[in-house]
Amino acid sequence: MANISSNFLGIKSPNPFWLASAPPTDKKINVLRAFEAGWGGVVWKTLGSQVKNVSSRYSAVDYGGSRVMGFNNIELISDRPLAINLKEITECVKLFPDRAMIVSLMADNNRESWHELIKKCEDAGAMGFELNFGCPHGMTERGMGAAVGQDPEIARMVVEWVMEKATIPVITKLTPNVHSVVPTGKAVVEAGTNALSLINTIQSVTGIDLDTLVPNPYVAGKSVFGGYCGPAVKPIALKFLTTISQNETTSKVPVSGIGGVSTWKDAVEFMLLGASTVQVCTAAMKHGFRIVEDMCEGLNNWMDEKGYAKIEDFIGKSVDKITHWEDLDINYHITAKINQDKCIHCGLCYIACEDTSHQAINLDYGNPYNNYTIKEDDCVGCNLCKLVCPVDQCITMEEHRVAPEYINWKQWQAQGLPLNDH
Amino acid sequence: MLQNNRLTEAEYKVNFSDIHPPYTNVNAALVDANRCLFCYDAPCTKSCPTSIDVPKFIKQITTANIKGSAHTIFSSNILGAGCSKVCPVEKLCEGSCVYNLLDEAPIPIAKLQRYSTERAIEQKWKLFTRKPSTGKKVAIVGAGPAGLSCAFNLSKEGVDVTIYEKESKAGGLMTYGIAAYKVTPEFCEDEVNYILSIGGIEIKYNTALGKDITIAELQSQYDAVYLAFGVGLARQLSVPGENLAGVVDAISFIYELRSKGFSSVPVGDKVAVIGLGMTAIDAATQAKRLGAKEVTIVYRRTQDEMPCTQVELDIAMLDGCKLSWLAAPKEVLGSDGKATHLVCTKMKLGEPDASGRRSPIETDETFTLEVDMVIKAAGQMPFEALVKDNNLNNKSGKVSVEGKSVTSINGVYAGGDCVNGGREVVDAVQAGKDGAASILNFIATNTTNEH
Repeated sequence: MANISSNFLGIKSPNPFWLASAPPTDKKINVLRAFEAGWGGVVWKTLGSQVKNVSSRYSAVDYGGSRVMGFNNIELISDRPLAINLKEITECVKLFPDRAMIVSLMADNNRESWHELIKKCEDAGAMGFELNFGCPHGMTERGMGAAVGQDPEIARMVVEWVMEKATIPVITKLTPNVHSVVPTGKAVVEAGTNALSLINTIQSVTGIDLDTLVPNPYVAGKSVFGGYCGPAVKPIALKFLTTISQNETTSKVPVSGIGGVSTWKDAVEFMLLGASTVQVCTAAMKHGFRIVEDMCEGLNNWMDEKGYAKIEDFIGKSVDKITHWEDLDINYHITAKINQDKCIHCGLCYIACEDTSHQAINLDYGNPYNNYTIKEDDCVGCNLCKLVCPVDQCITMEEHRVAPEYINWKQWQAQGLPLNDH
Repeated sequence: MLQNNRLTEAEYKVNFSDIHPPYTNVNAALVDANRCLFCYDAPCTKSCPTSIDVPKFIKQITTANIKGSAHTIFSSNILGAGCSKVCPVEKLCEGSCVYNLLDEAPIPIAKLQRYSTERAIEQKWKLFTRKPSTGKKVAIVGAGPAGLSCAFNLSKEGVDVTIYEKESKAGGLMTYGIAAYKVTPEFCEDEVNYILSIGGIEIKYNTALGKDITIAELQSQYDAVYLAFGVGLARQLSVPGENLAGVVDAISFIYELRSKGFSSVPVGDKVAVIGLGMTAIDAATQAKRLGAKEVTIVYRRTQDEMPCTQVELDIAMLDGCKLSWLAAPKEVLGSDGKATHLVCTKMKLGEPDASGRRSPIETDETFTLEVDMVIKAAGQMPFEALVKDNNLNNKSGKVSVEGKSVTSINGVYAGGDCVNGGREVVDAVQAGKDGAASILNFIATNTTNEH
């Protein structure tokens, strides 16, 4: 059995799966249920400024019959009295001292407010802080949340205030509502943050009710941009995470990965790109806390299969596998192959290639089943047919190098080799 | 003893309730619709005699475009609602669904087709607009699936259509010849009314070709004539005792059941059904469902050669019908003019015949079934006399056509069972479309010639 426990800047948890700062970590009853279910830790829903929430608050994107492929919310930070939150944090830590208890913070924009809040939370038993510089709705209009995270200098200033006071690890949570997370990431690392977490939610409109013509979520005939999350945002989160893991400054601090993590496989992917722990919200909101069971078991089985004894053994292993386009090997060439024994003759590969790619699939009409074969000479190895094929391992990509040696774009140009020749 | 009114109304209701119930909610339909892979040049479409664009209509269910879905179906098959209930889909669209090749259950295409088309009919969606009348007139003989399909496709193009129907209701075998647990008389009526709602189609009921009208008369009054009078006469067994009381033909039995109501149709205690086509199954299962104590299907070949589908056979077997394989009727015995026993010859299989199936050969052995009712379902005969009286070229009474629908008489077209000898409803619908296309072409050409 692999060891899946995590030690994040001294904050220990029995597994790397934390619940993200969000409604599931809003109060004691939720958090205790999460810990009973087996979650390694929680980031308590953001405490700080006084707010008032609206109804409704959530909306979703369904796809192909599946609910909640993407999810958005317009809920603000905790709307319960600070004292109650602090009391409940203390009680939870006492009942589950082996779980990570991080508290998310978003104080009013002045040094004193931050210092006061930090002191109270440390006294309550917080093991670490996560600075909410990412919330994209409501708080931004008051110069908080993403408004801080979007401006590296403001973020730097707030982190400096925090670091003056905090005696426990500080994680700064980054907003994806920027062209790059690196400038803010660098600024806050330079200002002393002990760790980063990303991504927060992405500003979004999930859809419009075609009867009322009001976008979702609906609040008395109006809507606002909501923070988008869930499985749909995972690829974007992984990209932002990679840029942090590849930057000289930001890669010096540990990262907690967030954004559409729903399964152990998602978690492994975040960890391979440099995350030490992952945070989950949407998947738990859709299915309840019980999903952590398979996350732990799946991670454990995968690690055993691959021979990883502890999570540090694989964290970051894929970071250097994402390179620049101009460094890719131009002589690498693959072509598709259709396994005729597995083919069910649905024609999806053919129509995708014929209509939208390279007309590289032959169609032999049959009744009722057509036969499809690859025109190897015309196949550019784009993967499209394989991606749309509904049968596992029916279409495979086979390597046929153009030439044995590695050659990249720069070398290709330098040697004056032919361009636009396909 | 033959006896009607064997069951209570409640029992009839249960026994004749919908054998393939529809989706009761949109989510159920979506679960199945979303499984559809949306195949290109889809095998299901190619396996449908009317070439319904199945992936498209299913995709339209998933996008909440049910009107579009119904339009897609009806564009290819105006009897798409009825076909969704009576088609042997296991050997057509669903039988060729690519999921079968993954050893997975196929998409329930018929059920999804029913979902869209039933809504269209219930809510009377106006999905087609008739072109302005061209002043051209076409007479159609028979308001069954072929006739209705032809009429709709002609009327859509602005042709004024008159259908001559010998019965008092339209729908043909849909209305009179199919098991009541597949389609109800009310449904058939709704479907016919929906088809007629395009306008430009008049049906003259209780008017039979050869009795009330002749082809020559129709030719003199219309620009073209389409014959879709079907088949009707049950094939005789040609064995002694066939005229005894209690020996009936399946078509008449089902006709009575469909037209008179369940409680008024007499059925025996011990029933033998001769044959194993779809009609034989419909007769056997319905005899059982009317309260017959024992129903035995007598078939001269084996399960490997049977004309009905396995799905149909399963219905009969689940209803408790017995099968007597490799048996052919030899004689019906009786007393006091009533059937009491069916003597059967035991058969064995010989060489393949013209149909490719191994042919049954008589042996010397016989056995006897105790019966009080024998239902003959050994196939239907064309209206041979009618066809010959009208000097139509024919093959043993089946109207001969050139191409898909051109008969030997200029301006007279034919299609459906009267041409093919009796196939599925969906085949008749396609025949009607083909007939309409030929007639439209004929009318257009003739008009050019006239002016």
